[in-house]
This record gives sequence, C-alpha cells and structure tokens, in this order.
Amino acid sequence: MKNIILTLLAALLFAVNAQAKLNVVATTVDLASIAKEIGGDKITLATLAKPTEDPHFVDAKPSFIVKLNHADVVIEGGAELEIGWLPALLDQSRNEKIVAGAPGHVNCSKGVPLLDVPATLDRSRGDIHAAGNPHFAISPVNGKIIAQNIADAFAENDPANAEAYRANLKIFTTALDAKLAAWQQALAPFKGRSIVAYHDSWPYFARDFGLKIELFLEPKPGIPPSPAHLAEVILKMKEENARVIIVDPYLNRRTADTVAREAGATVVPVTQFPGGLKGTEGGYIQLEDYLVNSLAAALAEKK
Amino acid sequence: MKLKNLLGVSSALCLCLNTAQAQETNEVEQLKQQLRQMQENFDRVQREQAVQISALTEKLNSLASQQSAEAEKKKLEAQLAGELAPAQTSAPPPIFSKSWSPSAPITVARAGSAYMNMSFDAMMTAGGSTAADPSSQLQLGDHDPVKNGFSLRNAEIALDGAVDPYFKGFANIVLKLDKNNQTEIELEEAYAQSMSLPGNLQAKAGQFFAAFGRQNAQHPHQWAFVDAPIILTRAFGPDGLRNIGAQGSWLLPLPVYTELFLGVFDGQGSTMFGFRNLGDPDASGKNRFHGRETLNRGLRGPQDLVWTPRIASSFDLTDEQTLVVGASAAFGPNDTGVDTGTQIYGVDLYWKWKAPDAHEGFPFVSWQTEALYEIFEAGADAAAPMPLPVEILRDWGAYSQVLWGFKPRWVVGLRGEYADGNHGAFDANDVFRGERERVSPVLTFYPSEFSKIRLQYNYDHGAQFGDAHSIWLQLEFLLGAHGAHKF
Repeated sequence: MKNIILTLLAALLFAVNAQAKLNVVATTVDLASIAKEIGGDKITLATLAKPTEDPHFVDAKPSFIVKLNHADVVIEGGAELEIGWLPALLDQSRNEKIVAGAPGHVNCSKGVPLLDVPATLDRSRGDIHAAGNPHFAISPVNGKIIAQNIADAFAENDPANAEAYRANLKIFTTALDAKLAAWQQALAPFKGRSIVAYHDSWPYFARDFGLKIELFLEPKPGIPPSPAHLAEVILKMKEENARVIIVDPYLNRRTADTVAREAGATVVPVTQFPGGLKGTEGGYIQLEDYLVNSLAAALAEKK
Repeated sequence: MKLKNLLGVSSALCLCLNTAQAQETNEVEQLKQQLRQMQENFDRVQREQAVQISALTEKLNSLASQQSAEAEKKKLEAQLAGELAPAQTSAPPPIFSKSWSPSAPITVARAGSAYMNMSFDAMMTAGGSTAADPSSQLQLGDHDPVKNGFSLRNAEIALDGAVDPYFKGFANIVLKLDKNNQTEIELEEAYAQSMSLPGNLQAKAGQFFAAFGRQNAQHPHQWAFVDAPIILTRAFGPDGLRNIGAQGSWLLPLPVYTELFLGVFDGQGSTMFGFRNLGDPDASGKNRFHGRETLNRGLRGPQDLVWTPRIASSFDLTDEQTLVVGASAAFGPNDTGVDTGTQIYGVDLYWKWKAPDAHEGFPFVSWQTEALYEIFEAGADAAAPMPLPVEILRDWGAYSQVLWGFKPRWVVGLRGEYADGNHGAFDANDVFRGERERVSPVLTFYPSEFSKIRLQYNYDHGAQFGDAHSIWLQLEFLLGAHGAHKF
C-alpha cells in the first residue's frame, strides 16, 4: 500500500514536473534539432514529419491534432513549406496558444532573406512558392536566424527560463560559427563547381558554400523529369563539368542513377533533415558535417 | 623719323615672315596628326574585323557543334526513355496488395497575403451508360454524371479564411449544369467555425455537411470516384446530409485522438432527405416521398430538429499506418406522417499506409469502408394510387474501396458496393430502395496537384433494372488557393 502511494506521488510529481516544461512541437526534424539545442532539458519536444518524408506532402494525421492540442509552442518553417497540411491541423487543435500570429507560433522564416521569390504567380511554371524558396533551413547561416527565432519564442513563452535559452543560443551559435568556418574551408577548393539536384531545395546551401546548384532533374518544381529534359541536363552537365548529383531520400534515386551513368557523374545521397540518412541522426550540426564531408569527398574524387 | 619708320616696316615684315613660317610648321603638324589618325583608324578597323572574324568563326563552330549536340540530345533522350520506362513499370509492388486514399495527392493550398483563400474547382465528365437515362436509376448522386455524353456537375467556388481572432469562415458556392445544360446554383456550405473556445471545444454554425461517416462531409474533388456511393445517396439523398444548423465538437483529453461531435439541424428540405423532406411532386402536383403524400408538419419543437451525434478515433498503428474509425447517427422526424421518425446509423473505417520515403505522397495504399442502417417510419397513405400502409422501411448497405497510389501521380482503385432493404409496399417504383450492387474500378492520373484525369467503369446490378454498364471519364482543374485538407 505504502509503495503504491509512493509510486502515485512520484507519478504526480513527475506529472507536475512534466507540466512545468515547455511543450514544443516542431513540424520537421531540422527545426526540432535546433529547438533541442536551445531548449535543452527545459522543454519536451515532438516532431510531426518524418525525416525521410517530403515536407510538402505530410498527411494531416489525427494523432498530430492531439500533439498540437497539448503544445505550448509550435515551430514551423513557414514560407509555405507546410501549407498543404499544417493549417488544417492548427484549425482542429483547439489551441489558441499556437494559432498563426500567437506568441506560441514560431515561423522560422522570419528574418530569413528568401531566395527565388517569383515576380508573378503562375502555376504553368510548376509548383512555385509565393514567398520564395522554403528550403532555407539547410543553410547554416539561416540556421543561426532560426535558432534566434526559436530562442526568442522560448524566452517569451517561458520567461522563467529565458536566461537558459539565451545561454544555449549563445553556445549553439558559437559552435555553429566555428563549424561554419571549417565547413567553408572544406568546400573552398570547389568554389563555383556545378552540382546537380533533383529538386530546387539547395539554393541557400549553395550560397553559403560558393557552390553552383542550378541544374535540376525536375524540369519545373513538382513536375517529374522527362527524358527530353534529362538529356538537356546531361549535356549541360558535360559542358559545366558537373559530376555530382544530390538526391533526397524521398526522391527518385533511379532517375538520378541513370543520369549519373550517362554523364559520368556520381550520386550523393543527401537529406535536409537529421535522421534522413544514416549518420545524420545526431542533429543539425552533424547533418551539416555529413553534407559537407560527403560533398567534399565526391567533388574531390570527380575533378 | 624715316629710319624709325623703316625699322617699323621691316619689323612688321619680319613679323609677317615669322607668321608665315609658323603657319608652315602648323601644317606639317596637322598632316602628321592626320596620318596618325588614319593609322589608328586602320589599326582599329583591322582589330574590329579580326574580332568579327573570330566571332563568326566561333558562331560557325558552335552552330556546327549545336547540330551535333542536337543529334546527341535526341539520341540520349531516346536512350533515357528506354532506360527509364521499363524501370518504372517494373517498380516493386508495395507490401500490401490492397488499399488507397484520394485526398493525399491533392493536399492543395497556396495561401498568399490575402485575407482569404479563394479557389475555383471544376469537374466535368464525359461518358455513357447502357441505360438511356443514367440519372433515373444508376447515378443518383447530385454530383454524378447526369446524362450520357458530357456533364458538368460541380464547378465550385471555395472561400475560406480567418474572420477575426474568434472565427474562421468557409463558403462553397456550387454551379452545375442540369440535363438541359442550364446552370443551377447552390449554396453548398457557408459556415463559421470557432477558434478560441475553452475546454477543447469547437463550434460551427451555418449551412454545412453533417459530420456523419467519412465521405459525407467531403467535397467531390476529394472523392476517389466519379460518383457518390449508393448507400450514401439512399440514406442522405442526392445532395448528402447537409442543412442549416450548428455543431459542437469536443476533443477528448486522451493520448489518442478521440473526438465527439453533436450536430443539430433545422432538418427541412431535400438536403435532409430522410427527414422533413416534402419529396418530389407527382403528376397531380402532390408531393410524395417513398410513395406517400407528404405533409409539411413544420417545426413544433426541439424534437423536430435533426440531431447527429458522432464519435471518431484514430490510431497510428505504425509510423507508416494510420487508422481512423468512427460511429455516427442521425435522428429526426419525417414528413410522411404526423409522428413518423427516422433513424440512421453508420460505422466507418479508414486505413492508410504511406511509404516512409514517399515522394509527393506516393506510394500509398488506403482502404475506406462505410456501412449504414436506416429505419424509416413511413406513414399511411390510403389515397395513394396504390394504397400504402403504415410500415417500417429498413435499409442497409455498405461500400468498401481500396486505392493504390502505385507511383507518383498515379492512383488505381476498386470499389465494391451493396445495398438492400426490407420489403416495402411502394418498392417497385422506388429508385432509392431494393437490392443493388455495383463494382467500380478506377484509374486516376494527377498531372499536378491542381488537375486530375479519371477513368471509371461501373458494373451495376439492380433488382429494378438488371445489369448496366457505364464508363466515365472525368477532368478536374483547380485554380487559386485552396485550404489544406483534413486526413
């Protein structure tokens, strides 16, 4: 009996303790990983999209409604990344704290200079994004802005731990800065080299590291590759000496392999999300390490 | 004085001479300059021509190489087409041989900076049936093809957005062409939904689809087939169960998604098919429903409203599999008698598997099933052409559909349906009663998220009409920003 009471008390204490933590839900794993760096043990963290999944096409599962219902803070990439599924979930979550515009709703694209903002909205050019390219989080330079946005939101929603969040932000930013210099150095020999991507998800990464990622296997965003377009890409690859093709886990690897064979290139599996590939589970910095190292190796090999 | 003059003259002469000399030197200089300029010009022209020559040579070379590049490209293209085509058709089948989901490929939305999302969605059908008039017995849904040949039964203007911090607003205005291609208009939905009620509650009010089962509340462009399931058109009529009313829902504070709904509707009209619905006029102008002359009994109290409770629950079986189950009911009076009532019960199930590394939501397999049971207390009509007694009409039916999104943009599906009921005195003339089966394979191609092309075959069998075959080809396009879909 005494044991039961003790257990119950412990459970109660745990529940109280758990409640004291800031309950955070992130849409994608990259944002979750940065949130973890900032929040540390002051937060509980849940992620909606799987790291291997196309972030534009996540199912609005009812279980996500429950997660969002309990959340103090929701972190989204924004810039239309999650527009096909998050708004319906937020509507159903019955959680005033996290609706768009509320303090508990963090839009990480805030303050990020977005690239590829279309001058006119015209879907004959494919599935374009009105706000600009939403795949900005993969850039470590933007990673710092995201971390700042998240730290600000945590501090605002949990003022008692504001100091801790700011301290963590400083640690993370310092680490990222040091790493950024090393990464830039690692990729410096390949400045200006042309790399081929399946989908136009990498303009920010290319900018950070002086690479040129302007050839895509997709003829237009969201339109699958056609042989005619691929033939054109292969010729351009030969012209520009582009010998590396990067492919996300959720994209068609077979197409990339075929093009690589024709163009004498090599396919490098990449991911924008920690855990999307083996060896990237450790979080944002490990993911960038992985990307820089595998790209540097492939570029060095395919001179 | 003279000498002075002489000196003056001679000095003047000297000056003249000097000037003449200077003029000579200037001329030489000018000539030299001219020569220099000519030489420079000559050099420049030579340089320019050299540049032109080299540019032309380059152009000539590049043209020649382009021609060969063009040939090379054509060759590569053919080769790639060859290499990619068999690879794609031999893609390994998913682990599960059955299931599907129509909503996934069109999780569409592009919110801009406007105050609301605005979209226009048009669906048209071409095809034909062995029945001369498919709408009389086969295709009873209001968005179904209405005749052999071309039909356009759903051109929908959808608006949604936040009204203020307290409400979201939704409106669906549907235009459609009747059998004579005359335009009909209908306010399909117009409702406000609360955004900030306490206690996990949510309310909505206006004209909207009742939360009954799975497909009733979905708009045709989310459907996986060209037409509405038979049992839904029997229980809810051609338009689906929708009316003006209010609904409260409560998200239970549980670790698994469980939501309770309670709707209350005015209950009058053809969109409340089995309830206070006057039915259609006969040759003599009398309104009849299930053969009985209806009486407009009006609303006498809350007992004459239509009440629709529902419970739904969802489980993530694995990271890749989600299950949603629900049970619904609708209770209310009907217009075939003074004190006659209707009860409808339904259960629904939706299961979906999506690959962990799905590209644009593919591949996936989904399975959707609904079963309904209706108890309709029909009043007596002794004055009917064939006298009709008081009787309880019991109807039941189910449909089950499996979709397989086998590669990006392609979905193949199969639906099987069955509906039947107890014997009623008016059955022989009642297209909404009697035994009926239908089997419908379907193939849908999504050129993008915003368009689709669908081919469906229906094998129909009914106690009233025997066998029937239909083929329908559907085209849908969507313009503008469309709100995100629920699961």
